[in-house]
Amino acid sequence: MNQHVNSSRMIVCDGNEAAARAVVLARPDVVSVFPITPQSSLVESLAQFVADGALGAELINAEGEHSVLSALQGACLAGARTYTATSGPGLAFMFEPYVRTPGLRLPMVVSLVTRDMLSPQCVWGGQQDAMTVRECGWIQIYCEDVQEVLDTVVMAFKLAEHKDVLLPVNVCHDGNYLSYGVSRVELPAAELVDQFLGQPEVNWHIALDPERPMSVDPLTGGTGPGGAASFVGYRKSQVRGMAAALEVFSDIHAEWGERFGRHWAPLVEEYRLEDADIAIITIGSMTGAGKDAVDAARDCGQKVGLIKVKTYRPFPREAMIAALGKVKAAGIVDRSVSFAWDCGPLHQDVMTALFASPLRLPLVGFIGGLAGADITATHFERVIAETTRAAGGNVPSSPVWLNEHD
Amino acid sequence: MTTEIRLHGRGGQGTVMAAGILAQALAEEGKWAIAIPTFGFERRGAPVSAFLRVDDKPIRSLTNIYHPDVIVCIDPTVSRAVDIFAGIAEGATLVLAGRKPPGEMTLPLSARRLGLVDAVAIAMELFKRPITNSVMLGALARTTGIVSLAALRRAMEDSHFRDAGLAQNLAAIERGYDETQVLALKESCHAYA
Repeated sequence: MNQHVNSSRMIVCDGNEAAARAVVLARPDVVSVFPITPQSSLVESLAQFVADGALGAELINAEGEHSVLSALQGACLAGARTYTATSGPGLAFMFEPYVRTPGLRLPMVVSLVTRDMLSPQCVWGGQQDAMTVRECGWIQIYCEDVQEVLDTVVMAFKLAEHKDVLLPVNVCHDGNYLSYGVSRVELPAAELVDQFLGQPEVNWHIALDPERPMSVDPLTGGTGPGGAASFVGYRKSQVRGMAAALEVFSDIHAEWGERFGRHWAPLVEEYRLEDADIAIITIGSMTGAGKDAVDAARDCGQKVGLIKVKTYRPFPREAMIAALGKVKAAGIVDRSVSFAWDCGPLHQDVMTALFASPLRLPLVGFIGGLAGADITATHFERVIAETTRAAGGNVPSSPVWLNEHD
Repeated sequence: MTTEIRLHGRGGQGTVMAAGILAQALAEEGKWAIAIPTFGFERRGAPVSAFLRVDDKPIRSLTNIYHPDVIVCIDPTVSRAVDIFAGIAEGATLVLAGRKPPGEMTLPLSARRLGLVDAVAIAMELFKRPITNSVMLGALARTTGIVSLAALRRAMEDSHFRDAGLAQNLAAIERGYDETQVLALKESCHAYA
């Protein structure tokens, strides 16, 4: 790798290796890991990079995910740039430190290699694990392909550490289709990534430093004098950081595009939406097949477009409304379920965004790709057909389960 | 034009790795390829498959393959456990590991070309174990011409194999290429040209 410091090069790898290579480029100080399917090869790659000397981080092979994240909290408080990755049951075991991390305003990057949630027993991809923690205060980003995984993990460090944000970021890539899916990608030169990320800043707002003693995570709240105000102050600033992430991430994407020539849509991508009658809304690795299905439908004269959600938390509601304003109906394809609403979580968010705006249009919910199931061109044809019917007023009252008979 | 290849094998034979090395070799030749394996809890010996798409332009669909143009089966017995010919495209090419004479094989009528090699025998000589993936990459190159032997060799050199392991695998590719018997399958019957 060292001979390629100044120039990008083509490599062929899967999404797990791409994430690991992005981590090498971001030069974290501490990486803590515990393996779990379908993330295992990602942390094996990291361990190999450390062994080979390509990654100069302290690697902590912890005894479980609770310890993984606790160790990173300590490292982050000591000023380190930190990273880990997990999945499904590992994320569940990590939950206690996980929910504390955003409130501590620790700028970590943690990949979620998404997997359907147990039970019933399964080891395959699905986004139920990430969606289960969508309301914990972490920023959540979903990737479409292996190149986007690589680019986004690097960009996530800049987002997490931005002074207006200072929040942990989950970069999600789908188990199976992206974790093990191999493709040709461009590996940016290390020196160019160094210039992009700049000098890391120590998070002095919360730091363990004998020279600057401070009370870390002080007791707040209650009904004593100033208790409520102090808690509200922390929460409000956390919510502000979350809201700021949308603009900061957009700027980071613009800079990435300028430096590396790959212009990803930071919040939602609009694909063939000008003049479209209906849109399908996708998230994650299903998007490529969705775009191909849109092209095929266009070839048959159907006016169809696609809206891909990249940033999911915070929800990019203005960008979503701007996109939806171009069509007469939308079909949302979720890779997980919302148990509360008998629909997918993304569907629920789109409904909420719509209600907060004057715009009204029919929405059709689709649930597919659970537990490794494939979402194929044929499934997307059905999505397009049902959504077209909805534009004509025929809206199903409950979600369409795309793989129900597969 | 996208070509779709489905690889079949058993856990431990390197089916998934073969798909990865093939994708690397194709990329080196300027093509775009994606490879998606399917496996879960399976251990050594369980049926495994991998899907590979190749095109002259970037590929967006990250989906499985249902109507393959090429079947590569690296294990002579896995066809007892799974239907390795399921959904094959009209005019498909088959690249199979086995020692049975072609006349005694039951092959799908829609297949037009067959590459056959006794990969287990070669692997046993080279590795002392029935790890047939590299042999079958050579067989694929010979049967289809979709990838060159030189590109496969370079991709293997870029892999994690080193020293003796690398030399053995390079030899396996070479022998797979040299020892594959390629037959045209006639349209109207099971006879062979």
